[in-house]
Amino acid sequence: METTTMKPPSILLAALRQDRGGQILLALLAAALVLVPLTNLVVPEGSALHLSTYSVTLFGKYLCYALLAIAVDLVWGYCGILSLGHTAFFALGGYAVGMYLMRQIGTRGVYGDPILPDFMVFLNWKTLPWFWQGMNHFPVALIMVVLVPGLLALIFGWLAFRSRVTGVYLSIITQALTFALLLAFFRNEMGFGGNNGLTDFKELLGFDLQAPGMRIALFVTTVLALAGAYLACRYIVASRFGRVLQAIRDAEGRTRFIGYKVESYKLWIWVFSAMLAGIAGALYVPQVGIINPSEFAPINSIEVVIWVAVGGRGTLYGAVAGAVLVNYAKTYFTAAAPEVWLYALGALFVLATLFLPRGVVGLMRRAAA
Amino acid sequence: MSVSINSGGGPIGLRFKPTGRRHSTNAPSPDLSHNIILYVEGITVSFDGFKALNDLNLYIETGELRCIIGPNGAGKTTMMDVITGKTRPDTGSAWFGQTIDLLGLTEPEIAQVGIGRKFQKPTVFAEHSVFENLELAMADSKRVWHVLFAKLNGEQRDRIDEVLQIIGLQDARSGRAGALSHGQKQWLEIGMLLMQDPLLLLVDEPVAGMTPQETERTAELLVSLAGKHSVVVVEHDMNFVRSIARTVTVLHEGHVLAEGSMDEVQNHPRVKEVYLGE
Repeated sequence: METTTMKPPSILLAALRQDRGGQILLALLAAALVLVPLTNLVVPEGSALHLSTYSVTLFGKYLCYALLAIAVDLVWGYCGILSLGHTAFFALGGYAVGMYLMRQIGTRGVYGDPILPDFMVFLNWKTLPWFWQGMNHFPVALIMVVLVPGLLALIFGWLAFRSRVTGVYLSIITQALTFALLLAFFRNEMGFGGNNGLTDFKELLGFDLQAPGMRIALFVTTVLALAGAYLACRYIVASRFGRVLQAIRDAEGRTRFIGYKVESYKLWIWVFSAMLAGIAGALYVPQVGIINPSEFAPINSIEVVIWVAVGGRGTLYGAVAGAVLVNYAKTYFTAAAPEVWLYALGALFVLATLFLPRGVVGLMRRAAA
Repeated sequence: MSVSINSGGGPIGLRFKPTGRRHSTNAPSPDLSHNIILYVEGITVSFDGFKALNDLNLYIETGELRCIIGPNGAGKTTMMDVITGKTRPDTGSAWFGQTIDLLGLTEPEIAQVGIGRKFQKPTVFAEHSVFENLELAMADSKRVWHVLFAKLNGEQRDRIDEVLQIIGLQDARSGRAGALSHGQKQWLEIGMLLMQDPLLLLVDEPVAGMTPQETERTAELLVSLAGKHSVVVVEHDMNFVRSIARTVTVLHEGHVLAEGSMDEVQNHPRVKEVYLGE
């Protein structure tokens, strides 16, 4: 959905011309698109060049995080809205796909009910709740992936921006939003599997989720979604609309006095960003095989902000770099020295804030200049 | 670095031709049939019991250049805040022409109907280039969908170039606005005001921090703008006011103390009392 017919390639090329970091990012993604399937599917196992399916899934997960980081950078880096609740939209997108995957299990569940997912049978429910209706259709689930986060963001943003809630107050209520959803989704009565969430997925569109081919298909889709989202965001920030966003970030009152309805601009970019986060969540869930309420945890949203800060806010590709680097470090540390990880993350944030105000990409840009 | 403003002779403002077209902004045009562009009547604003404006009445004629003076705390900036929608008064009314009720509009709507404001402390968009500052201020539709796909056309580019010429920032056009000197920022703000092409300009202390030469150029510009635009200038610098003023309004404790030519108000007994303590 990122590249629509309203944006002919020439416009996108124009937006990329000045964007060295973006060119590098897209080149890397293109390389991954060729090399990852090749080394995973074609190169035989045991060869030094073989890439395990585990690694493919891990990379895919990083790229989902990268997409989420772009969504956060779009509102924070360009419009000054520091969201500490973006994983709420991520998780909602994930739940939408999770519901579809649950409905695909059918009689293969523990209780073998053709319609009701296991947790509903366990709760002694007799019928499917209304909001689960239609979720067995893939297109419906896809629409929900963007519609539900978008709608929540629309309502939340309309109320918050219209009341001119800004700065740290807005950040706090975004935390409250994701925390409220965390508590709500923990409840069995909500109908989303409570504490355990949704898991034990079997197949997607009739294909086995565990098959290497499916893993590669998910990876490729993630790469394409990330590239598409990058291009769409790049177009937005390079347009006059993007310059208005930055004007709002730097001098909100002044922007009003030259005639821009600041609230409308914030609302549009906020909803768009929430939809991107929803897509990221939707790609994430089939790859990790589970979605549960812990995805709503406020700490997760704060972590996303750290990725963006470490990578370099207000560049988009910096967000991607930050998400991949920090998560790679997390994978490494949580295996090698799990007790150090949280301290390392905190130290990373402090150091990045103190010494790298423009993040890793700022450092690289300075080194290149 | 000093600002050289349009060194090629001729009255500078005259080069800038206001289009007078406001339909591009999708906003209503004021009805100026009675030749009065701004009516401020019985406005009272109080902050915690302190009356910043107290039954203020002010009428600005179409095309007029009006100077507003008054001691600190007289309510000059609050008056501008009310007109531009930043502050809501407790009582009173403010009309733009015959038909537009300013008190029912938001800040951006007021900007769109044709009231531009230059702030006391210059606030330009520091991270944007000088050119982009002017582009953002330009009179054009400021709706989200238009702005998302907007491209500058030749006419618009010419206008930005023309304004860059007027404000003497041609050489700084691609530079960051935040890197400009104080005086240059003042000029950039004036340039942004020109790009907005408003019918009524509210200019708060335009020459603060300017050199005498810059002040002189500013006076020249404001005088040349009057006629096609209506201009309201708030200023402390009495020499500057004397050099441009036709009608001067003296504010004191939130209401109008005296109004007339510079000589008239200077000889007004109450003004003498307030200003000189006589």
